[in-house]
Amino acid sequence: MSQLTLAGRRRSLPWGKIAAWTAMIFFLILTIFPFLWMIRTAFSTTRSLASDPGSLLPVDFTWGAFQRVLGLSTVEQSVAEGGSGASVNFWLYLRNSLVYSTAVTIGQVVFCSMAAYAFARLRWPGRDAVFGLFLTALLVPPIFTSLPNFVLIKNMGLLNTFPGLILPTFFMTPFAVFFMRQFFLGINREIEESAAIDGAGKWRTFFQIVVPMSSAPIATLSILTFIGTWNDYFWPLLVGSDDNVRVLTVALGVFRSQTPQGSPDWAGLMAATLVAALPVLILFFAAGKKVINSIGYSGMK
Amino acid sequence: MTSTTAAPVAPKRRAKRQESGSYSTPHNRKDLGTALAFIAPAALGFVVFFLIPTIRGFYFSLTQYNLLGSEKFIGFANFQKLFGDPLFYNSLWVTVEYVVLNIAFQTVIAIGLAVLMHRLTQSTILRGALLLPWLISNVIAAMIWFWLLDYQIGLINMFLEWIHLPKVTFFGGDATAIPTIAFVNVWRHMGYTALLVFAGLQTIPTYVYEAASLDGSSEWSSFWRITMPLLRPVLAMVLVMTVTGSFQIFDTVSVTTRGGPVNATRVIQYYIYQKGFAEGQFGYASALSVILFLILAIVAFVQMRLLRADESDLA
Repeated sequence: MSQLTLAGRRRSLPWGKIAAWTAMIFFLILTIFPFLWMIRTAFSTTRSLASDPGSLLPVDFTWGAFQRVLGLSTVEQSVAEGGSGASVNFWLYLRNSLVYSTAVTIGQVVFCSMAAYAFARLRWPGRDAVFGLFLTALLVPPIFTSLPNFVLIKNMGLLNTFPGLILPTFFMTPFAVFFMRQFFLGINREIEESAAIDGAGKWRTFFQIVVPMSSAPIATLSILTFIGTWNDYFWPLLVGSDDNVRVLTVALGVFRSQTPQGSPDWAGLMAATLVAALPVLILFFAAGKKVINSIGYSGMK
Repeated sequence: MTSTTAAPVAPKRRAKRQESGSYSTPHNRKDLGTALAFIAPAALGFVVFFLIPTIRGFYFSLTQYNLLGSEKFIGFANFQKLFGDPLFYNSLWVTVEYVVLNIAFQTVIAIGLAVLMHRLTQSTILRGALLLPWLISNVIAAMIWFWLLDYQIGLINMFLEWIHLPKVTFFGGDATAIPTIAFVNVWRHMGYTALLVFAGLQTIPTYVYEAASLDGSSEWSSFWRITMPLLRPVLAMVLVMTVTGSFQIFDTVSVTTRGGPVNATRVIQYYIYQKGFAEGQFGYASALSVILFLILAIVAFVQMRLLRADESDLA
């Protein structure tokens, strides 16, 4: 719509438009290029990288780096290509990340939707006060609760277990409750009321009528929660450093600190990075529009 | 369109609902049982992992605790020690330096990108492309730039050498480490922030621009006199969010410089992490996190007041 009204002004400013597109393209390249460079490096041989550091294409193309980080190559093979020879297994970390992110997403979306419905539609004393209290949790920085939560998880004997990783964000985050409540407030009340006239109880109304109607915001919240949890680093670093529960972000940090200082295994590092980024990128390419359209809203907590 | 149209169907119930605050009447209690069941899991999570930890966080700051044994109450000794700790002041200073660089560049670039998106194209693909860095984790963004900015064979230094400029140490230099980390996070967040601003731009009615255009206003003066003032509430929210997030910088530091060289990038959250988990001074780390909490609360409050975030100029 704005294009039409601005057309007149644009015609008088052709240089402005060219400058604007130039700036846009500059930022697009700045955004995209590092990803291409990551892919190019991941398919290179570390030993050959130094000989041709500026080549846009992989140097000495190989799948070796992926085999190395996925634990599929022998020590000799990986050393020959410039790896450290230390055994790493990103399959395991990939699985751990999947378990962590999926569990948190399911719990949060289910429990926060139910709570949000109680805050948006059910009538009970103290409702608004309790909702206000929930929202105050938005003000507390995550680091502040992370320290006592670490002590709690430790005292429960859940360090280096999946429950220890998952529990703190499994039941609720203030944002998820707020997000779903905003949506439920906007649903046409008539539908629920006619369900009530037909004799449906609150539970049935919620699970058989409201939830199916809300599939779009539920999908959006699930994607945002999944990506957020996938990218989480601080909490898994505190409670999940052991191999059996170590997630990809933590594993990348460990891998980077183990790689030799003088001659880092850059191809291996970039292959590991690509493995860690890929699931989220696939999810984005599959459901990108939903994510993009939710950003404007989700930011305005 | 939602609740008002329902009025003819159930006029009595509607009237009741509108007197807010009358939830204690028997009629309004009828959902209580269902409501309690619906909020029970979320309430459990809230109490156990948000409310009690917040209270315990303040309590731990008044104790001496090394994570083994049990904690010992020592009053305000941690805070006394903290105010005489040069590393604490250093971490504050380094964090503020980071926040200023990060927010200044990020906000200006995001506003620019948002206006460009708004004026040039409605393409979702383009917006998606700009959002890519935000989808990957801080750790991944840090790794990619750690490689691109490597001193020996990183692409950027190869390029600098090629155009006969001196190489730059980036992550490894005293003076360059914080600006480099700030840059990486600007890179990761600029598209996301731009989309937030873009959403705000879409709320400005086009007739305002049409009127300005008829009055002969240039693109430039429309931006300063219409866009920026009307964008103020959105910008205020974005700034409160990004500044609060920026103060909690940790991931990038943790996988690249780890506080170094020397203390150049020992930001406050990294200092808290080191004290609490590497040095076993959990009480002291809690005191540091209380200070961070207070700083964030004050900064957010001042921002809200200065930017009058809750009022719009759009009548």
